[in-house]
Amino acid sequence: MKKNILGIFILLVAIFVITAIINPKFLNAYNMQNLIKWSSLYAVMSLGVAFVIITGGIDLSIGSVVGLVAVVLSICLKLEGMDPWSAIGIALILSLLIGLLHGILITKAKVQPFVVTLCGLLVYRSMGRWFTDNQSIGPMPMEEDAGYKNLEQIQHLDFVFSGKIAIGSFNLPTPAIFLLVLSIAAAIFLRRTIWGRYLFALGSNEDGTRYSGINTDRMKILAYVLCSFFAGMAGILFAFELDSVQPAQTGEFYELYAIAAAVLGGCSLRGGEGSVLGVVIAAAVIRLIYNSINMVGISTHLEFGILGLVILLGVIGDELIKKTVNRKQAVQTS
Amino acid sequence: MGEIVPPLIEVSGLTKSFPGVLALRGVSLHLKRGEVLALIGENGAGKSTLMKILAGIQSADAGDFIIDGEQVSFRNVNDAMLKGIALIHQELNLCGNLDLASNVFLGREPTKGGFVNESLMRHQAQQFLSQVGLDMPVNTLAGSLPIGKQQLVEIAKALSCNARVLIMDEPTSSLSQKETDTLFKVVKNLRAHGISIIYISHRLGEVIELADRVTVFRDGENAGDLGRDEINHENMVRLMVGRDLSEFYDRKIHQPGKKVLSLTKFRCPSFPDHPISLSVRAGEIVGIAGLVGAGRTELLQTIFGVTPAIGGVMEIDGKKKEISDPRTAISSGIALVPEDRKQHGLVLPMSVRENSSLPSLKRDSSRGWINESAEEQVTEEAVSALKIKTPNFEQVTRFLSGGNQQKIVLGKWLAMSPKLLMLDEPTRGIDIGAKREIYKLMEKLAGEGMAILFVSSEMEEVLGMADRAYVMHEGKISGELGHNQLSEKAIMNLATGILAAA
Repeated sequence: MKKNILGIFILLVAIFVITAIINPKFLNAYNMQNLIKWSSLYAVMSLGVAFVIITGGIDLSIGSVVGLVAVVLSICLKLEGMDPWSAIGIALILSLLIGLLHGILITKAKVQPFVVTLCGLLVYRSMGRWFTDNQSIGPMPMEEDAGYKNLEQIQHLDFVFSGKIAIGSFNLPTPAIFLLVLSIAAAIFLRRTIWGRYLFALGSNEDGTRYSGINTDRMKILAYVLCSFFAGMAGILFAFELDSVQPAQTGEFYELYAIAAAVLGGCSLRGGEGSVLGVVIAAAVIRLIYNSINMVGISTHLEFGILGLVILLGVIGDELIKKTVNRKQAVQTS
Repeated sequence: MGEIVPPLIEVSGLTKSFPGVLALRGVSLHLKRGEVLALIGENGAGKSTLMKILAGIQSADAGDFIIDGEQVSFRNVNDAMLKGIALIHQELNLCGNLDLASNVFLGREPTKGGFVNESLMRHQAQQFLSQVGLDMPVNTLAGSLPIGKQQLVEIAKALSCNARVLIMDEPTSSLSQKETDTLFKVVKNLRAHGISIIYISHRLGEVIELADRVTVFRDGENAGDLGRDEINHENMVRLMVGRDLSEFYDRKIHQPGKKVLSLTKFRCPSFPDHPISLSVRAGEIVGIAGLVGAGRTELLQTIFGVTPAIGGVMEIDGKKKEISDPRTAISSGIALVPEDRKQHGLVLPMSVRENSSLPSLKRDSSRGWINESAEEQVTEEAVSALKIKTPNFEQVTRFLSGGNQQKIVLGKWLAMSPKLLMLDEPTRGIDIGAKREIYKLMEKLAGEGMAILFVSSEMEEVLGMADRAYVMHEGKISGELGHNQLSEKAIMNLATGILAAA
């Protein structure tokens, strides 16, 4: 395990053990299932933004994409005559198109990623509210809603996206399986394919990468498409998890959790660095901190404060480790 | 007998080790008042480490460091400054958005009642600036000055701290001939005023012109000293590399083959009014000489598609090509070793392997999967062809010496077997050993029928390596010189626009 991942892993274990000692209820199956489920949902979004951060970019629209995809999915499922699997397809295509739009605006119209995705954050949130007249809606009928003709199939989907699979006496939430598949795919993509290599290269030195004959614009677009696609996947998972989607609130601020997890997991906002395992562990750390605060009995008003401090200290620690590693390497060759 | 003046600085038995490496093994060096001492040696010889110790950036493990007969040991840069030692960095550290006076006194502004005493600061800044021959208004923005003048501002800044010893690390590496001449005048003037200068350079011609004495380092040890009368190319190279100069530019003239590159009325966006026509044949090494800013780099970048041409015809192997970006240039068989290797040549945080394989990664892949054995092989070939010194293939290139970095930039193109290899200042700021490897490879590739086009500001390099040269002046080709016409005088006349093309 790389040194910087080892650090975050130790942090995860430490918080876990301390919480378990203070409150043994923390370890009960129900709490563990919840923790795994929420960590998985957050990690999916975080992996997406990691692609963009590796290229040196940023995506602030993730939360709004999660919200919009959840809304659009619910609308499609409610619609008469639409096959539920097609609704999933539409939701994912929507997220891909959003990513494509971001990528094109950033590379061709040369608008800064911060600006493009900040505008996206505002626009997609407002679209979701407008589509629904700001009324809550869900992938499953609430009370006596009209529509949802294919209820049986929808319930099937509900099981796929927010069900539980019994492994012995433990019920594994299905989002964990989505995370497993997506993270393995992301890791293979980043480390074993030329495109992954190109993303790291252009994040470290875009000019140098272009001078080596790589179509850096196309690679950047790819990163934004992947980011929005992962946000779209998270949007579907959240919709089924929450049952009721609030157009104004669902996904709000999630981009910040995703970015925080990516950074805590070893991605540098300067680009060129990051690892899938680190990001997944960091997303779990963030959820674990929430859970621990409740379990240990710290005032929930302190949630944000503690989270902020842990991220800050984690990143500082990471920088220190990098510095010593760099010094060692520099000395080796001087 | 005259009075024996003790040396200003006397260093002896200085040792510095980093874990696993002995960077300095008991070196000695002495510096008199009002003397220009050139310190030369291949990269990795320990010059920089010693300079960092003298300037208080690092501390020595053992040895004596005596200034004015007094044993000293610096803890930081300020300690060194108090003793009058200032290092002029290779990369300049001016704030471009501040004016000259503010830059000279940055952090040491004269104050009056807590506010900056502007008039006093300006007055004093003016004095220091005129000492280095800068007679421009002190409210000029530093960023608006060309790099040569910025360097003079750095020197003025050092003088304003009462520096008695200036350490200059490769000061001319990015200066034009004219700026270099100005710098030399300033250096000679400072020497006349009793200021001592330690001058580090890879350009031996400059050392011959400037130095009163030369100290040569090799592998962290003293390789020898040369007095004023002994300073010449042969002696310096012999001490630096421990062998003779004869094999340095080992050129054979090959029978040139077909035209590989041909430009007709080719127009670069940076000089749209000056259409350029030139050609390079297979097996030929063609130089482009000229002053900095003559449009040579821009020409290579336009051929390579970084800034696409806005007119004219470009042919590769007799076929017309439209090059709109580096990708199409590379697929047409063109490679560029750019001038700025850190910005354009390498991805510094990546390893030797990742850099070496970057251009060929796609070709060797199948369905996007990286072919690791091909990658390994490509790296192996680059490392052995250029004798790249790296502990292993996973070494991050940021920590390699300039020479080894440059070898990787060249090495990564070998796997692409380009028809036309372009090199922009291929040996700038690199050591003699690395230079030789690069020259040898250029010769070998030309022998194998590759067409080579290189830009160089180093006269000796053009004279030594080119079969034929074009000279550029203010965006246009002012002349073409065949092998028999190549001379320093002919190039300078064309480069400065004294002589129009014959």
